[in-house]
Amino acid sequence: MVAAGIDIGSTGTKAVIFDGEIRASVVVPTGWDPKAAGLEAYRQALECAGIEADEVQSIVGTGYGRVSLPIFDRKVTEITCHARGAHFLYPETRSVIDIGGQDSKVISVDAQGRVAEFAMNDKCAAGTGRFLQVMAGVLDVSLEQLGQLAVGATPVPISSMCAVFAESEVIGLLARGTDKGSIAAGIFHSIAGRIQGLAGKVSLSHRVTFSGGVALNRELCRAIGTSLGVDMCVPQAPQMVGALGAAILGYEA
Amino acid sequence: MSEICAAFDEIAGLREKNAITLKVAKDRGRKVVGTYCLFSPVELIVAAGAIPVSLCGTSPTPIPAAEKVLPRSLCPLIKSSYGFALTDTCPFFHFSDLLLAETTCDGKKKMYELLGEMKPLHLMQLPQVQDEAALEYWVLELKRLIGRLEEAFDVKITPEKLAAAILLLNEERRSLKALQDLQKRKPAPISGMDLLTVLHNRGFTVDKREAIDLIDRLTAELTELSEQGISPFTLKTPRILLTGVPVGIGSDKVVRLVEELGGSVVCFESCGAYKKVDPVQPGKDLLRSIAQKYLRVPCSCMSPNKGRLQLLEELVREFEADGVIDLTWQGCHTYNVESFTVKRHLQETVQVPFLQIETDYSESDTEQLKVRIEAFLELIGTRRGGRP
Ligand code: SF4
Ligand code: SF4
Repeated sequence: MVAAGIDIGSTGTKAVIFDGEIRASVVVPTGWDPKAAGLEAYRQALECAGIEADEVQSIVGTGYGRVSLPIFDRKVTEITCHARGAHFLYPETRSVIDIGGQDSKVISVDAQGRVAEFAMNDKCAAGTGRFLQVMAGVLDVSLEQLGQLAVGATPVPISSMCAVFAESEVIGLLARGTDKGSIAAGIFHSIAGRIQGLAGKVSLSHRVTFSGGVALNRELCRAIGTSLGVDMCVPQAPQMVGALGAAILGYEA
Repeated sequence: MSEICAAFDEIAGLREKNAITLKVAKDRGRKVVGTYCLFSPVELIVAAGAIPVSLCGTSPTPIPAAEKVLPRSLCPLIKSSYGFALTDTCPFFHFSDLLLAETTCDGKKKMYELLGEMKPLHLMQLPQVQDEAALEYWVLELKRLIGRLEEAFDVKITPEKLAAAILLLNEERRSLKALQDLQKRKPAPISGMDLLTVLHNRGFTVDKREAIDLIDRLTAELTELSEQGISPFTLKTPRILLTGVPVGIGSDKVVRLVEELGGSVVCFESCGAYKKVDPVQPGKDLLRSIAQKYLRVPCSCMSPNKGRLQLLEELVREFEADGVIDLTWQGCHTYNVESFTVKRHLQETVQVPFLQIETDYSESDTEQLKVRIEAFLELIGTRRGGRP
């Protein structure tokens, strides 16, 4: 049995080929055409795994763009997929924190990798990848640089949760000559605080898996881990967890 | 939706038809009292010979107008209700001779001060606790309302009229309960959206007798369809109980999404639906019996509000709900805070999956809501042993 999982997110589109083990795993930028991105990611994944399309028995789609592709046999929400993917990577994990481009989620998972409950941020961008991006823009650095800046710095408090207000707050801090490192660390703490608020709504276990592209930022993972007082398991490729979960769900069906 | 049945079609067209009927009744000298809340003792209005109409705002349309006066962060239901009055776009508000209001939540209570500048308004001081002392006080408030109605409409509310009004409204509650109880069948005979349409439109009926007969006919027709195995759902469709703030046509986004994504809303615990069917238990003192009925309404503006937990627990069992969605409007502090208590109570008792949704009347968060609701339905599916 060979299964594929395709996760069309707001910034990146991910595809995984799975046959009991991960055979291929690729990311392409979503751009303005989620359909094309989904097909391209799938094509690259097949090529990378060295298999033909007709060998794949199940294709499961997830992510915001999941409605747009006719090749999907099934569509499953990213919440269910992240839970399943995290469970495969860390069978003892009971919670998943997923910070995506548009939203963040805290998911509690049972021993079989099924969703027990979840919480998701409301309308605004606070605590999402979008918030990080806006902040990095204000500091005029890339996301990776934002992480490096924060290493070892003492965080300045950033009180606004709203991306728009936080933007002017950060501009004010810069104008007062606050160093970028402290601001970067402050931004991470602000997101951690927001996630903590979400996590308060579902029961959080000690083994927490951090998924989603934002988790590539090790400094942010550390800040959130410390503020929640939990051990964070950060997969090698956290952005692939959703697509992996989708592939596994297809494989198991 | 004409494929359902004749009685449904008739009810679906009621809102427009009733605006005209109301005008005719007014021209013949009937008085109209507009209400905003389940705490309004409708028996007294009916006993005064007046027509009660519901003015609770469920449409996003008048909200921008209301926001010129009211804070944007206020609950959309309050903004919508006020906006309709301000723009004079609701015929039922337009035809009202008197508005009846109660001191429920803070937002409504302050909005009523402004409404009172547009039309005669009678404000009842509602106690926010459900004990004996509160009941004594509430009886006095009912007496004050009788005084106001008698004076305004130049009528006498006699015990006979009161007894007749109790009978009539209990009949209405009986018919509404019977209709909603149909949804205990598996699968539910009608969709939540259709049930909501019926419950919503019924609030605008002028002749209660006629409306009761119509609802009874609908219940009979639906029973028959259900016996024949006709339903928009299957045995596998997740059964959702919706609790929380009032919903109506126009503020039905969550109901619509649940059903578009493959669920079925089988029960509305909210105040336009199941909370409403609790009858008056007539004792020796009729006014006291009415007061008792209204004071026990399990609304979140009561503190404590144990009645809601009790009711929910029963409804989850009776309707065999697979999941509970607690809908809370942004800016509604009482329901938003109470959501925590509700979730904990349900987890400790019936152990049913629970999802709180905080939103407003706009469509701006539809995509996010879809993910949440779909994931919730998947969760229910896997709990039953199916695939997500
Ligand atoms: S929720 Fe409470 S305050 Fe609001 S209309 Fe219903 S009974 Fe009245
Ligand atoms: S939903 Fe809440 S805030 Fe809005 S009117 Fe009802 S009780 Fe008040």
